[in-house]
Amino acid sequence: MARAVSTQHKTIATAAAWIVALLIFFPILYTIITSFKSEQEAIQGFNLFPSGTTESYIAVEAQNGYFKFFLNSVFLSVGSTILALLVAIPAAWSMAFSPGKWTKDILMWMLSTKMMPAVAVLFPIYLIFRDTGLLDSRIGLMIMLMLINLPIVVWMLYTYFREIPGEILEAARMDGASLWKEIVYVLAPMAVPGIASTMLLNIILAWNEAFWTIRLTTTEAAPLTAFISSFSSPQGLFWAKLSAASTLAIAPILIMGWFSQKQLVRGLTFGAVK
Amino acid sequence: MKLRTLTLGLLSASTLAFAAHAESITIATVNNGDMVRMQKLTDDFTAKNPDIQLQWVTLEENVLRERVTTDIATKGGQYDVMTIGTYEVPIWAKQNWLLPLDKLGDDYDVKDIIPAIANGLSVDGKLYAAPFYGESSFVMYRKDLMEKAGLTMPDAPTWDFIKQAAEKMTDRANGVNGVCLRGKAGWGENMAFLTAMSNSFGARWFDENWKPQFDQPEWKNTLQFYVDLMKANGPEGASSNGFNENLALFQQGKCGMWIDATVAASFVSDPKNSTVADKVGYALAPDNGLGKRGNWLWAWSLAIPAGTQKADAAQKFVSWATSKDYLELVASKEGWANVPPGTRSSLYANPEYQKAAPFAKMTLDSINAADPTHPTVKPVPYVGVQFVAIPEFQGLGTTVGQLFSAALAGQTSVDDALKQAQDAATATMTEGGYIQ
Repeated sequence: MARAVSTQHKTIATAAAWIVALLIFFPILYTIITSFKSEQEAIQGFNLFPSGTTESYIAVEAQNGYFKFFLNSVFLSVGSTILALLVAIPAAWSMAFSPGKWTKDILMWMLSTKMMPAVAVLFPIYLIFRDTGLLDSRIGLMIMLMLINLPIVVWMLYTYFREIPGEILEAARMDGASLWKEIVYVLAPMAVPGIASTMLLNIILAWNEAFWTIRLTTTEAAPLTAFISSFSSPQGLFWAKLSAASTLAIAPILIMGWFSQKQLVRGLTFGAVK
Repeated sequence: MKLRTLTLGLLSASTLAFAAHAESITIATVNNGDMVRMQKLTDDFTAKNPDIQLQWVTLEENVLRERVTTDIATKGGQYDVMTIGTYEVPIWAKQNWLLPLDKLGDDYDVKDIIPAIANGLSVDGKLYAAPFYGESSFVMYRKDLMEKAGLTMPDAPTWDFIKQAAEKMTDRANGVNGVCLRGKAGWGENMAFLTAMSNSFGARWFDENWKPQFDQPEWKNTLQFYVDLMKANGPEGASSNGFNENLALFQQGKCGMWIDATVAASFVSDPKNSTVADKVGYALAPDNGLGKRGNWLWAWSLAIPAGTQKADAAQKFVSWATSKDYLELVASKEGWANVPPGTRSSLYANPEYQKAAPFAKMTLDSINAADPTHPTVKPVPYVGVQFVAIPEFQGLGTTVGQLFSAALAGQTSVDDALKQAQDAATATMTEGGYIQ
């Protein structure tokens, strides 16, 4: 009897999970469907079965050229993630294994920077970028993306490192390992899953960042967020083209997310970052 | 010896590099049909000016406005040519943010620019932006539904006629709304329409001393008429409809009449995208017998920011893109119907254009019927037909737009919305130092 109830619960839970997942994924699915419609089909109300035309993709590519934006997106998301890990791994290590009196406060303070609306610092940042010649440069934007995602990276790594018993590191130290060796040969291998999921999440965050990437770039460093933005029109219905541009922009990250979902789920469900 | 050779080599290499380096100018623009077409045709410009390369940045209108404002206010120097509207030009020119366009070339023929448009883009007699395309607003209506209703649309209808026609055309059982008008909140959305409409009702934003006028009967008449008309004959959820939403409704045959930008004519009459392409008629924006019509005036224009290092190359480009030759270039490649409208008088005198664009005469008449310096019946201290060209207007216009949108949605009464609008405008103008 008890078994029957639990099976029933399981079925309901699974069905509910599917419904929620479909609801969340539906806008993306409909974007992909719309991208294979003609402009006239796109505005003619709800329709799940497109004619399958690829004219929007051809028009989008001809108008703006996808590849340059794509390369910038890859460079910025991967570059900023590597940069963030270089800073965050030592920071999280010290906070997790030799916490001081202020560690908790520092962590909270770091997180609090994420609570400020980005637009509040648009002008100061713009002026700094102007004076340092970093406007529309990949390096400048990479540093910016690294900085805005750093709090999350440090938090994720911190919560992950905290699950590693300090005794193992102590043992390594007793065996004469230096600090560097301790991090590279003992901590890092154990923390690989945590670092990997942090890396994946950060790449996704950097890929989708659409405030600074649009405002600090013009032509050279503009990534896919700027590519999508260029297809939004105040006068004229270009829904199919906009959908095609969006599909092209999210496809790489969607595929990457699909293949690495195990790591991602793990990264998102441990510790304080949920 | 080695060092000298090396130095000489480096010097000559850098000279060569400098000589081979063409000047590159960056143009910020919005995504609309005419601008996209221009990007496709730039080979003509680079063939004539091989030493100038063009870089394009296309952005959504609001993002573009924010990006360009940030850059120009901080003198960031990211753009050499920017696409801005008639709202920005007088304000920015007064701030010395724009360069006057005085090197457009001998054969440019500035006098050919439609006077109403040229006035809106000039400060103290100097042109600060060249119009790329101009637009007004007018009535687009379904000839078949009008006939079915037993009415004939006059060339210059009154608001009473529009109301009468809307009531007769509305057939909600068959999904037909008598009239579709903007309701989405925003200074460039519902307030563009409502401000232009209020002019024909004799209302004004401010009196000669900058005192807000929402407590006057003219505004009450405007808003009450609009809300009643839309509640009885407008589409469902009209308070979230802007240009694109109404365009979709009209193209699907769900509107009897639509009063909006003249540029919409080329969309609704395009058989590829519109199901009613062969049934659309055009008329001037309505009036109330007070001598002013409810149509606006807007021109997407090319201007050169004061911070640019490449002013000469930028002027060459602006001159090319807004010249008579450019109109002919578009006509030869894509036909006269696709020529950017509303900028040059000579275009409207061209019989080929008149033949290809049935809405040409009505567009020109609408543009000529708008006067940015005397937009409404009573005198005003500001410039602008569907906006007030002061920096405070973007924020204030959107606040008032939200209040009026709420009145249309039935969340507040017309009287409450007007009272709150009056309070908001008074606060803004006091803060800005316009009134005590």
